[in-house]
Amino acid sequence: MANAVREHLVSMLVHNKPGVMRKVANLFARRGFNISSITVGDSEVPGLARLIIMVKGDERIIEQIEKQAYKLVEVVKVTPIDPIPENRVEREMALVKVKFGDQKQELFQLVEIFRGKIVDVSKEGAIIEITGSRSKVEAFIRLLSENQIVEIARTGIVAMNRWNVVEKEGF
Amino acid sequence: MKGSKMLFEALLREGVDTVFGIPGGAIINVYDELCNYENKIRFYLFRHEQGATHAADGYARVTGKPGVVIVTSGPGATNTVTGIATAYMDSVPLVVITGQVPTSMIGTDAFQEVDVTGITMPITKHNHLVTSIEELPYSIKEAFFVATTGRPGPVVLDFPKDIQTAEGEFDYPEKIEILGYKPTVKGHPRQIKRAMELLKNSKKPLVIVGGGVNISGAMDLVNQFLDKFGIPAVSTLMGRGVNPSNEKLYYGGIGMHGTYYGNYAVANADLIIALGVRFSDRIIGNPKTFAKNAKIVHVDIDPAEIGKNVRADVPIVGDVKNVVSEFLKYDFKTDFSEWIEELQEVKRRFPLKYEKGGKFIKPQYIVEKVDEVFPDDTIVVADVGQNQMWVAQYYKFKYQRSFVCSGGLGTMGYALPAGIGAKIGVPDKEVVVFAGDGGFQMNIQELMTVRRYDIPLKIIVMDNRALGMVRQWQQLFFNCRYSATILADNPDFAKIAEAIGIRAMKIEKPEEVDRAIEELARSKGPMLIHALIDPAEVVLPMVPPGGDVGSPLVEAPYDENLVERILSFEKSRGE
Repeated sequence: MANAVREHLVSMLVHNKPGVMRKVANLFARRGFNISSITVGDSEVPGLARLIIMVKGDERIIEQIEKQAYKLVEVVKVTPIDPIPENRVEREMALVKVKFGDQKQELFQLVEIFRGKIVDVSKEGAIIEITGSRSKVEAFIRLLSENQIVEIARTGIVAMNRWNVVEKEGF
Repeated sequence: MKGSKMLFEALLREGVDTVFGIPGGAIINVYDELCNYENKIRFYLFRHEQGATHAADGYARVTGKPGVVIVTSGPGATNTVTGIATAYMDSVPLVVITGQVPTSMIGTDAFQEVDVTGITMPITKHNHLVTSIEELPYSIKEAFFVATTGRPGPVVLDFPKDIQTAEGEFDYPEKIEILGYKPTVKGHPRQIKRAMELLKNSKKPLVIVGGGVNISGAMDLVNQFLDKFGIPAVSTLMGRGVNPSNEKLYYGGIGMHGTYYGNYAVANADLIIALGVRFSDRIIGNPKTFAKNAKIVHVDIDPAEIGKNVRADVPIVGDVKNVVSEFLKYDFKTDFSEWIEELQEVKRRFPLKYEKGGKFIKPQYIVEKVDEVFPDDTIVVADVGQNQMWVAQYYKFKYQRSFVCSGGLGTMGYALPAGIGAKIGVPDKEVVVFAGDGGFQMNIQELMTVRRYDIPLKIIVMDNRALGMVRQWQQLFFNCRYSATILADNPDFAKIAEAIGIRAMKIEKPEEVDRAIEELARSKGPMLIHALIDPAEVVLPMVPPGGDVGSPLVEAPYDENLVERILSFEKSRGE
């Protein structure tokens, strides 16, 4: 199934310089790769940042992404993240501002089930922090009714391969 | 040391002795410093920044050294964009230094401010906005290092005005290493072995020579490789200069306007060894049917090219020169005489040909005549369009880096300034510029540069009074509806050249060609020939866009109505 379209996660170590996010995002856009999530933060190496990018495409696209990314002088290392969920750890966090309306109790139960946290509360509503895989975060949001949601802010995905996964070298 | 002085000190350490450009407000300090380096750096002033950039590109293509351009901010920088994109598509090393408004004013929409690194991001190998005097020496070193190593390409260095005047320590690194940037030069031995085993078992092998061979300086090795194993070869537009001692081994260009027999070879080969090729759409036509009977060995220094447009059975990432010299270490007997006989037969049946005789000058004849009269090591620069294809088809290139044209981007207006840069790069060789009437007018202002420096460039404008290649497509695919392509009101290019002070000659009869070309070859100074050519001539063969390379068009009707239309317009103008 080499041609099946699916979501791919890629971890990228880059020189932490102004404009580097823009360069990576531009490169992907120019080659017609669709980014559905991008996160950036400091890495274990001083001066280098780590980007975690989620893109949609078939196997050929993912191979091109790695190769094209290496063409950027700022990119140090590209590591694909294992597509099998058991082989990786993946987290996203969302803050959701909700109105209570007449469903306060149901909401608290839902937060409990999803092991979320209420981080701010007032008479009219609360802010809920929910952490987990992207599908868990999305499931939580789906279960809220549309007129409950006031605002959503999501971090995008961070992920890494588990200890037992042998990472293949880039090209 | 001041920032602007650091720039020139760095240029000297990089071995740069030639710079192209135009000054302006945001780069005035650098140009002031230039006065102190007049004896060490030759500067060429152009009349448009695009011209300066193409000149640096032409210089780089013939010398293999990086071309250096210095321009101002804003419009100066944006005018280089087409030149940078041209160089990027054809992997030409350029270092473009653009002035920028002072760092304190960046982002304020200051006068002549533009986001240069943003604009040039997708058309450069690398770009960088210098933000402090401390990082300047390293940034210049990095620009040259990145532009010239691995797969070469243009690098833009955006140089704010306050850093040009800032004082700092000039500590120029002799060597740098960039974490994560390490081009693979040596091909993988196992893959090389697999490639050679495929060759041993092949009955119909074919080598495709690409631009990478010219860039790598591997043409002699490639010729030896062809001769040693008796393998036939073809070349892409950028891979011209193939010249094995056994001439039965070379079958010309391939792709949209390749030879019939060259494309036949691609369609019927059982093994393709592609050297420094990026398999552009102009080469492969329909990707589904391209080389469908062949295993493909793909050698390229840029891993991203492998598997991008066509599948590779044996990928070899490395410098072509290194890989081919590894190929040459193998020793085994091969006999491809049956395959070569097949190709010779196809060549006899479908030769490259054009109608001779008739009342108009045939452009193909001009090209053949230049090939005959000019020395073997002449550098030929072509513009874009029909003129470029006729040169590519009918000129027999014998050396690497002898054919200069915009292949990937297809930039009309490229030839004149690139020709100037080429002649500056190799003053001992003849440089002939071929242009069409359309493209020539896109950078015609650089005739002034030819005159200013008295550059002995030989220019041939083949004037068919049309944007010819588009007109050809309209004739073949749009029912002869010549929308916006007829230039029957062209000026007299010979008179324009003479007004500037360049010797010129206008010809319109076939019998005038020989004498004119001989005169052109004899001329010590710059000279222009304005040749009115057959207005209805088309480039053949032609693989229609996305078509099968194995079945190109070999004939097209001659459009008498078009000729009539142009001639009657000219007549009415004359009265």
